[in-house]
Amino acid sequence: MAAQNRPLSPHLQIYKKQITSVMSILHRMTGIALMFGAVVLSYWLISATYGPESFQTAQAMLGSWFGRLVLFGLTFSLFYHLGNGVRHLGWDFGMGFELSQVRSTGIAVVVFSVVLTLLTWFAGYAMIGGA
Amino acid sequence: MDMRTHLARARGLGSSNDGVGHWWMQRLTGIALLPLTLWFVYSAIQLTGATHAEFVTWVGAHGNPVLLILLVIAIFHHGQLGLQVVIEDYIHGEGAKITLLVISKFAAILFGASSIFAILRLTFGGS
Repeated sequence: MAAQNRPLSPHLQIYKKQITSVMSILHRMTGIALMFGAVVLSYWLISATYGPESFQTAQAMLGSWFGRLVLFGLTFSLFYHLGNGVRHLGWDFGMGFELSQVRSTGIAVVVFSVVLTLLTWFAGYAMIGGA
Repeated sequence: MDMRTHLARARGLGSSNDGVGHWWMQRLTGIALLPLTLWFVYSAIQLTGATHAEFVTWVGAHGNPVLLILLVIAIFHHGQLGLQVVIEDYIHGEGAKITLLVISKFAAILFGASSIFAILRLTFGGS
């Protein structure tokens, strides 16, 4: 094939949204969000080395309504990226390339991440008696 | 003008000059993160609302410091490899691309090293 006649990637502006393309970009976006989450993890660990007060400040910040919102988003990001990562590993082994399978595994990943996120937060709230 | 054929250019380490090293490390760190992140989420649930003393005890409890350090290494390595691909895909100016790549690598190592140091410090006391 001549270099000029190579197939182009789809033009995103006029490209119809499908579960495949939406899940693909979500994988990247959750990955970037999780890198921010890694920095939050760093902050959490480092704050404890400065003693009880600074750790308490970190706990209060992460426990505020905004902190919880961010952590909830990070929990979903983690389970989504983890589930979809396993889906990617399957593709690396050449499994699940049929269009129907790509769709069903995609739905499975979304269900998995929503259920696990909710379970994690129910368990977290149960730990502190629903406060 | 490059007189080599397409095949000659793709042979050996390929056009990236990096072979499959990046691809392989991304998979390897990803697989490592499956059990590590699940363990961490399980632990974080237990630590909901923990005091400083409870947190420090958990960090230093047998096995936890090693798992935490492995988690931090795998997270920042995996994340840096992922960010690199995103930067290479979306940032087209050569100068901006190289700058962002260097910053993202340095930042990943800085936060990773600081986290590991914090884990060791919490484990061996002297906080």
